[in-house]
Amino acid sequence: MSIQVDQVTKRFGTFTVLNDVSLHVREGELVALLGPSGCGKTTLLRILAGLERPDQGRIFLQGTEVTDQRINERRVGFVFQHYALFRHMSVADNVAFGLTVLPRAQRPSVTRIQEKVRELLGLVQLQAMADRYPSQLSGGQRQRVALARALAVEPKLLLLDEPFGALDAKVRKELRRWLRRLHDELHITGILVTHDQEEALEVADRVVVMHQGRIEQVGTPDEVYEHPATPFVYQFLGDVNVFHGRVAQEQLAHGSVGAEAVLPSDVPDEHEVTFVRPHDLEVNRSRTNSSQLEANVRHVLAAGSRVRIELSTQESAQVIEVELTKERYRELNLREGEVVFVHPRHRRVFKLPRP
Amino acid sequence: MESINSTGSKELQWKDSLTTESPLVRRLLIAAAFLYLTFFLFVPLLAVFVEALKGGLAAYVGSFLNDDAIAAIQLTLLVAAVAVPLNALFGVAAAWAIAKFDFAGKQILITLIDMPLAVSPVISGLIYVLLFGAQGWLGPWLLENDIKIIFALPGIVLATIFVTVPFVARELIPLMQSQGREEEEAAITLGASGWQTFRRVTLPNIKWSLLYGVILCNARAMGEFGAVSVVSGHIRGLTNTMPLHVEILYNEYNAVSAFAVASLLTLLAIVTLAAKAIVERKIHSPAIVADPIAGVQAGSSR
Amino acid sequence: MRLMLKQPSVLPGFGLTLGFSVFYLSLIVLIPLSGLFFKTSTLSWEQFWGVITTPRAIASYQLTFGVSIVGAIINGLFGSIIAWVLVRYHFPGQSLVDALVDLPFALPTAVAGITLAAIYSPNGWIGQYLDPLGIKVAFTPLGVLVALTFIGLPFVVRTVQPVLQDLDREVEEAATTLGANRWQTFWAVIMPELWPALLTGIAMAFARAVGEYGSVIFIAGNMPLKSEITPLLIMTKLEQYDYAGATALGVVMLVASFVLALMINLLQWWSTARHRNQ
Repeated sequence: MSIQVDQVTKRFGTFTVLNDVSLHVREGELVALLGPSGCGKTTLLRILAGLERPDQGRIFLQGTEVTDQRINERRVGFVFQHYALFRHMSVADNVAFGLTVLPRAQRPSVTRIQEKVRELLGLVQLQAMADRYPSQLSGGQRQRVALARALAVEPKLLLLDEPFGALDAKVRKELRRWLRRLHDELHITGILVTHDQEEALEVADRVVVMHQGRIEQVGTPDEVYEHPATPFVYQFLGDVNVFHGRVAQEQLAHGSVGAEAVLPSDVPDEHEVTFVRPHDLEVNRSRTNSSQLEANVRHVLAAGSRVRIELSTQESAQVIEVELTKERYRELNLREGEVVFVHPRHRRVFKLPRP
Repeated sequence: MESINSTGSKELQWKDSLTTESPLVRRLLIAAAFLYLTFFLFVPLLAVFVEALKGGLAAYVGSFLNDDAIAAIQLTLLVAAVAVPLNALFGVAAAWAIAKFDFAGKQILITLIDMPLAVSPVISGLIYVLLFGAQGWLGPWLLENDIKIIFALPGIVLATIFVTVPFVARELIPLMQSQGREEEEAAITLGASGWQTFRRVTLPNIKWSLLYGVILCNARAMGEFGAVSVVSGHIRGLTNTMPLHVEILYNEYNAVSAFAVASLLTLLAIVTLAAKAIVERKIHSPAIVADPIAGVQAGSSR
Repeated sequence: MRLMLKQPSVLPGFGLTLGFSVFYLSLIVLIPLSGLFFKTSTLSWEQFWGVITTPRAIASYQLTFGVSIVGAIINGLFGSIIAWVLVRYHFPGQSLVDALVDLPFALPTAVAGITLAAIYSPNGWIGQYLDPLGIKVAFTPLGVLVALTFIGLPFVVRTVQPVLQDLDREVEEAATTLGANRWQTFWAVIMPELWPALLTGIAMAFARAVGEYGSVIFIAGNMPLKSEITPLLIMTKLEQYDYAGATALGVVMLVASFVLALMINLLQWWSTARHRNQ
């Protein structure tokens, strides 16, 4: 089911949660709404589900306007952040619920419902848990029950509100892959809300980055990560070093490779900010180029697949984070307190209104 | 009192000793609590039954086997049979509106529900006398049409309803608020109608609290004295409820019969307390109640 | 800002349930209660003042409010001890005691009244030992105190108990590691947490005691100017068909109840605000 969100605005009291948001989702796509808490992503999801009503704007599902349609007419599956499983029903009864509340004429027979529940529990790999109660399941299992329950009514659209938010890191990773595979099998249009950039980048076909009730950027995971449209997207997706003002320009702006300035402007009320990812900084023991920045090694974090190094410059108290491969780190053989020279291989300059 | 802190391992006791009192202080506190409860709780409770059985079993049974006692019991049951279902219906409706929706004036509504608890029972009766009594607002009209409310069954029922309005609602509102709206919203997203959502999702979640609310409401409805006393007129065999019957017997120095009827009401109170204890246990461990064996298995395999 | 009477929701039944609730409450509670004030307005201010300030009425206020506050404070002290013992210690029969604490709440007041009167009368179970000491309980203001203390018992226990249960043991451990002894820990760490709940419980016990009727009249002796509580005075006036007098005294009691209910609400608000900050 394709989705069209047309200039939707939503306020709670005086607080504008969604400000003139428009979005198009193609049939069969899995889209992630990504942003910090309070950015409006959950509200947008609830509006799509019909759990909230927009103050302005319109929603189209499959080309038909549904803005005023009640939730039970929309045929959407909604997976709640805290699962919202019926605590007094067994897993099987939870999954069967949507089928058993159908009007008698449309309701499948009892055996057909049982069959369907078995199928769905097989799909979410919980056949053995059919008679358990939600309180007897782990978080990951509950989440899969919630998903099976939502899928039972064969929705054309699946909406997931922070589906893995309450789970620990390892389970989250497993479920993420599993959801991706499930989506590839079922080809159901899906929208997933998350504040975890890694999750969004890994699972979704396209990522919608939201901030303060607006959409900052829409694109494939690769697009938003490699070519962030705004400083916010740059900072929200991954670690970044930020260099402000003149110092940054003299020291780093005339660097070697990949200078790419957007919004070129000489207006004096704007100042330039340079963004460099930690792995885009080149570190040398000796100066090879006059634009390199001289810095001290303050701290080395060698655990993990990559080595993280904190540098500090003499001019300012700013800490620069650098990420090196293990090989490069061994080659340089850096110690804390030593002097090094850094320059960016790749960077991005934004012009911002002067604060 | 020897088994203070007998539960738990030695290590636990040592750790606890950092944040507890010396054994002497502990024993003194427990003794103080027991002494107080003895004078104000245990002795009165025991006394009801001892006084009731003072004249022997025959006298005890005889206290119930006369027309006045039977009429009082019947009236009490009738009043409760009207007041309790009405207040249960009201309690569920009010709790649904208050716990599942946000609206202006919610706090005022909650305060209004609690009002009968703040008002003296005598005033609870008085207000109906002022409305329906011979000198009251509607008194002349009622007299003309030969409708009796005060000193008759309707007055007793009204006063009882007033006094017991809060009980079911007060049990349900905090519980339903803490349970949130997500399960109901999930049911709606799955296509359930409003009534299906209530019957299949909400009701099973609140049934134990609802049951306790009803039991408590019933206990108060059957035991109400002050308010009913004002509107009843104490007409023997006609407008005497059990508590009023107790009063009359006591004032006639028929202590054995008074305590015999009182013991029945005391049993009702004890049942109510037992129901509370059971319901609290059910609410705190829903999984264990649902399926004890699976609960243990899940706990160990997690 | 737009005035929102109701936040939109997908759940049905709002109009029906709220409508029924408001209708029911208006019929049963609001209209009858406001009737009390309308009836009072048939009295002139002088008449009203005259009725509520007779020596007999004033004596009844003094007894009702004075004894209620003493009973509430006694319950504050012993209720805290009982709550403490129930939460912190283990002893045989603990859950039984825990359940029985609510008895005064569930027991019909008339039953409580005749039972207390029987126990504390000069030849009763406890009264017979107090009589030789010159302590007369039944049919004196002391009897009123016994009854009002009895019915107030659950309130302090039930408000203090949950707060004690939720109290973080780590804070006490921290106080101990910082060198505080048990007594210092109690006063400096535990008590500040308990105050709002304790005061709420005392206020609730007081409010309940002020309006109490059934358990008092059997043990009080009901002598005007000496052991007659205000609710009984209202009853007496009603029995003499002095509706205006009963109404005037009723208004005094009702206003007192409102003020107390407001106070309790504020205390509870303070208590939960305190709790949420942690």
